[in-house]
Amino acid sequence: MGRYVARRLLQMIPVFIGVTLLVFLMMYALPGDPVRALYGDQAIDQAQIAAIKADLGLDLPLWQQYLNYLFGLPRGDFGTQIATGLPVGEVIARALPITARLALLAFLITVVIGVAMGMIAGLKAGRWPDTIVLFVTLLFISVPVFVLGYIYQYVFSNTLGWTSPLVNDSEDLGELLMPAFVLASLSLAYVARLTRSSIAENRRADYMRTAIAKGLPQRRVLSVHLLRNSMIPVVTFLGVDIGTLMAGAVVTEGIFNINGIGSELFTALFRREGSTVVGLVTLIVIIYLAVSLLVDLLYAVLDPRIRYA
Amino acid sequence: MRGAKSAKWVASAIVVALAATACGGNDSGNDNGKGEVDPNGVFRLTNSEPQGNLQPANSRDTASGQVIKGLFSQLVDYTKDGSAEIVYVNAESVETEDNKTWTVKLKKGWKFHDGEEVTSKSYVDAWNWAANTENNQKNSYWFADIKGYKDVHPDKGKPKAKEMSGLKIVDDHTFTIELNEPVTYFNYKLAYSAWSPLPSKFYDDPEAYGDKPVGNGPYKFVSWERKKKITLERFDDYKGPDKAENGGVELVVYNTLENQYQAVYSEKADVVTMVPPRDLPKYRQDFGDRAIDAPMSGVQQIVPVFYNKQWKLGDKKNAELRKGLSMAIDRKTITDKVLHGSRVPATGFVGPNVLGFQEGVLGEVAEYNPEKAKKTIEDAGGVPGNKIHIQYNADGGHKEWVEAVCNNIRQNTGVECIPDAKVDFQTDLNTRDADKVKSMYRGAWVLDYPVNVNFMRELYETGADSNTGRFSSKKVDELFKKGDSAKDLDGTVKAYQEAEKQLVEEMPAIPLWYYATNAAHSKKVKNVEFDLANFLLMHKVKVMN
Repeated sequence: MGRYVARRLLQMIPVFIGVTLLVFLMMYALPGDPVRALYGDQAIDQAQIAAIKADLGLDLPLWQQYLNYLFGLPRGDFGTQIATGLPVGEVIARALPITARLALLAFLITVVIGVAMGMIAGLKAGRWPDTIVLFVTLLFISVPVFVLGYIYQYVFSNTLGWTSPLVNDSEDLGELLMPAFVLASLSLAYVARLTRSSIAENRRADYMRTAIAKGLPQRRVLSVHLLRNSMIPVVTFLGVDIGTLMAGAVVTEGIFNINGIGSELFTALFRREGSTVVGLVTLIVIIYLAVSLLVDLLYAVLDPRIRYA
Repeated sequence: MRGAKSAKWVASAIVVALAATACGGNDSGNDNGKGEVDPNGVFRLTNSEPQGNLQPANSRDTASGQVIKGLFSQLVDYTKDGSAEIVYVNAESVETEDNKTWTVKLKKGWKFHDGEEVTSKSYVDAWNWAANTENNQKNSYWFADIKGYKDVHPDKGKPKAKEMSGLKIVDDHTFTIELNEPVTYFNYKLAYSAWSPLPSKFYDDPEAYGDKPVGNGPYKFVSWERKKKITLERFDDYKGPDKAENGGVELVVYNTLENQYQAVYSEKADVVTMVPPRDLPKYRQDFGDRAIDAPMSGVQQIVPVFYNKQWKLGDKKNAELRKGLSMAIDRKTITDKVLHGSRVPATGFVGPNVLGFQEGVLGEVAEYNPEKAKKTIEDAGGVPGNKIHIQYNADGGHKEWVEAVCNNIRQNTGVECIPDAKVDFQTDLNTRDADKVKSMYRGAWVLDYPVNVNFMRELYETGADSNTGRFSSKKVDELFKKGDSAKDLDGTVKAYQEAEKQLVEEMPAIPLWYYATNAAHSKKVKNVEFDLANFLLMHKVKVMN
């Protein structure tokens, strides 16, 4: 087990270097000059543009810029933003907790409501609660996120006035609730449907009949025997999902005025902030890798037959 | 926490009760607002996150510009109604005999927010610092008129000096500015925020100062919560004519124009300075008499690129083609229907409300006349290739009107017109700078200083940096020179007016429409006014309780 984890962690190093190099090259290939763009449509000053570039090291050849970036990393230097002049590390450090809060809230909603809906539907497969769940989840899956966002905003804020339409204070969980629901809607629907089919199938498994025949209380049969065995596909999905949530919901963050990873990434791409994009994308990749490792380890907990040597 | 929360409830209940009694008890003075004006009231202005720190000579984006305008006062300002008369703010007088050497006398008793006196040194040192290439100030080119600028800001290499020889301190409240050449309108340039004075503390750590600026303006800095808000508070010792009529401003960050609009619509914030394209059709309905339409001074145009073989310099017939295209565009219908009245049809190259603005200088060239358009183009031999492209950036809300303009051209002249969308502004600018535009591009200019010169010299002088259409005309350059060497402001303005008439002959661009301010405010504030570059005049806003 320990060796397995160590091997997986070591695999992350080449992935890390590969990702940073790729994103670096891609940013370089994009047309546009971030320093020149600071001047916009109005008068420009070539001498000053050249001086600012030299100061930021943007006048160096690409390979040298990349090496400078790589060697800066161990010192905790993720580069400097061109437009704002802020260290990229600081920008990420400010955005990450906001996204994490939103992602965790959305994740909680997904797990609690999604699994509950799935269980009810699975246990009553073919009857009216099942039909309702299938219908509602179908709605969530088919309506695009931004439409859902604007509908929620219109109904819950502008019409009913229950909550603020936009997030001003990202530490206020009340304000984050609506965006979290919007963000969770799609995964919630998938989780409900996965749980439903998994439970509907396992309900007829041999070990279930045995458990019931042994005379175990129904609560134990459902929670330990049925649910635990039905969770493997759901956990796989949730693992990928938390990665997606953390990677930043560009659309949801945009609609609800949340300045997390998603909106940082969007602005940085827009302004051609090379080092910011590289930093953020690398972070997202690492989160994905870490979560997928966690999910693989969880399999062993859920199903003792799975072992890692 | 629980205690604090209920205290808040009690407090807001009291506020509501007070407001209610105020409404009932007082009926004097206020015509459009409810309640009384609270001279200490604070309002919330929607803004975006400033790009860069708050050093005045480094601010180019509107978000930081708005903050800088609150924190700093300039030597002079000017009236915004088109008369463009100089108003002295921090200066007692700015005078010149020969337009080459200008003498500035400062008002006495002015203080920075930290108590330091504003002296000649505060200005001279600040300008020397800002002009220096090594300090990477984006507005450094503003000081290019001053003698010795090239020493601190060479075209290449390191600066040779730290000070511009043209700036001389006479005493604490007098200094002189010597220019390279006479500039008759130099005093107007001084109204721009790049010319702000700086306290001596600035030089200890300019970076740190940029996070916590100290100015001489009507508001003092309180705090900057990144990506959340910037808080300004009225500076009570302020001596200028534009003293704040409210207690302070919170500039709250909303990441899109749509969100800014939504915030004001739901009364979470008080002023939105720009209505997003999405809401233009309905903002007058949404806000009623709280919707604001005000004039701006900016012009949007389509610019032919003269490195393309289609367009020829100094060729009369070729210029006729551009006149023909211009007449094929139905400016009135497009500004009304496509742009929902947010723009005003242009009749010249210079934006309105500046000195030397000539209403209708384009004459029939700016009038919609499909028959004449077609005939003019046919008489001039037709557009080479019978096809034009209009390049624009797809992220700026231009798509609809570019398509409308192209439809006009296609239907009325038979010339194939293709909208050429670039993904974003960066790509668009890049193509323009690299001389790779196919045929024409969307261009725009908003005033820097209120003289017609500003709309022409930067855009149409041979070799000017912003002249990305690469237009060049001897006649126009000569008229510009004549204006620059004129004895007085009047002479300059007149020569440039002549130059504008010459531009109509040569058509280096097809002016489309003037910009306008489309804004809205909440029920809590009134007296919401804007300057000619769409900045809110924060000091004038009155807050109701």
